[in-house]
Amino acid sequence: MADAKLVASNVCKIYNAGKKNAFKAIDNVNVEVCENEFVCMVGPSGCGKSTLLRMFAGLDFPTSGEITIDGEKIIGPGANRGMVFQTYTLFPWMTVEDNIKFGPKLKKMTKQEQQEITDKYLTAIGLEKFRNSRPKELSGGMKQRVAIARALANNPEVLLMDEPFGALDLFTKSQMQLMMRELWQRERTTIVFITHDIEEAVFLGTKVYVMSASPGQIREVIDIDLPYSRDLDLKDTPEFIKIRRHIHSLLH
Amino acid sequence: MQTKIMIRRKMKQARYMMVSVVTFAILLLVWSMASHFEMVDPLFLPEPINVLKKLWETVCDGSLWTDMGVSIYRISMGFLLATVLGVPIGILCSCFKSVSAVFSPLCQFIRYMPVPAFVPLLMVWMGIGEFSKIMIVFIGTFFQLVLMIIDDCNSVSDDLLAAGYTLGANNRTTVFRVLIPAMAPSMMQTLRMMIGWAWTYLVVAELVAANTGLGYSILKAQRFLKTDAIFVGIVVIGLLGLITDIVLGFLIKKIFPWEESVSNG
Repeated sequence: MADAKLVASNVCKIYNAGKKNAFKAIDNVNVEVCENEFVCMVGPSGCGKSTLLRMFAGLDFPTSGEITIDGEKIIGPGANRGMVFQTYTLFPWMTVEDNIKFGPKLKKMTKQEQQEITDKYLTAIGLEKFRNSRPKELSGGMKQRVAIARALANNPEVLLMDEPFGALDLFTKSQMQLMMRELWQRERTTIVFITHDIEEAVFLGTKVYVMSASPGQIREVIDIDLPYSRDLDLKDTPEFIKIRRHIHSLLH
Repeated sequence: MQTKIMIRRKMKQARYMMVSVVTFAILLLVWSMASHFEMVDPLFLPEPINVLKKLWETVCDGSLWTDMGVSIYRISMGFLLATVLGVPIGILCSCFKSVSAVFSPLCQFIRYMPVPAFVPLLMVWMGIGEFSKIMIVFIGTFFQLVLMIIDDCNSVSDDLLAAGYTLGANNRTTVFRVLIPAMAPSMMQTLRMMIGWAWTYLVVAELVAANTGLGYSILKAQRFLKTDAIFVGIVVIGLLGLITDIVLGFLIKKIFPWEESVSNG
């Protein structure tokens, strides 16, 4: 595919290679993420999906195979690939606003540009009132919203999300999914989103990679043919349930 | 209804203070009784009031201030030197395995060597001047400090550093803008603890090789069997330690209001 932005080709990851306790985490995985796509990768724990995402980020490297962005091999982390983690990673000594400004500041944008971007994303996540709060004053859901804003404010070419809503309660989680889908529809940032929640993957994605565990492999790639504008009621429609059931059957 | 007792329950600040004060009071009372009714030979255990009198004497004749001044100078210099060298080395060790390979095993090894054993050696090498005392404090604290700073750095989560990297920070910025601010509160707690140990090593140095300082004043008192003066020395060192600790604890709370777990312990 010519327009594939982020490509993993024949990627294998073996931990402790050559030793007795060698462990194949990822086996011959191929992934293609095109521009403006919202790709979700779903699979049970231990299927290597987080490892794969960390390799996209340049925080980890394949044992064999290659990962490229715009045809260039990934050799380390960079501002063109933003990341949101499952754990809370806001900088606790900074206010919400300064957290969001972290990336723009590193890029040496002018004070005014920094402020404009920060204000834009504070509004997008609905936390204008909390601009001067410290992370410890925020709930889990709010922290993750700020983390998303912080990553987006850096204007990454690809946004990598590692089970960002995994630690949230069900209600907060669906609110976050709704916000995430809206954010993507507005910004059309290319996103790779890891989750073990099938419903979440189907609701958010334009394409879902279904992975199976030990070793981690791609079972199937599903194009999600659901309405572009989505609300939570979508989860109760027959079309949605059909896809969800299909993925479920693949994993069990 | 009476609820069950469980560990880690909260306690009212006032009540906590009261219990602490009462503990000190009981200790003082036992001491007073034991000495006043001469249950212990007064030569061994002077009355608290006599210790106070002695303390007042040293305040008036100025000897307390000179001894304190000298001791504080030595401990500050030794501790400052250990901090200025130990903190960057500890941080570098946690960042780069190659640096760690140089310093960690070395520090692990030397920290098991008894500091007093270095005193004779240092006297041979540098005489009984100020520098040898400063070096004792340095040797006593530096090696521990490096290891504890490494620990402080390692307790910063990988994801926090990864967050910095994926926001476009290079190694330098990740260290200065993420790692160091993140470990700063626990580093300050480490320094707070180390300064307590520094007092111990200072007194060791002054007991063996000095003619000034609080440690020396204790040694001098022992020669003339002036137990009250020995008590003065010990109590003054204890108080100085306590004051340093309280001031540092207060500063840590003020400087790092964002810390999730600033304890009152």
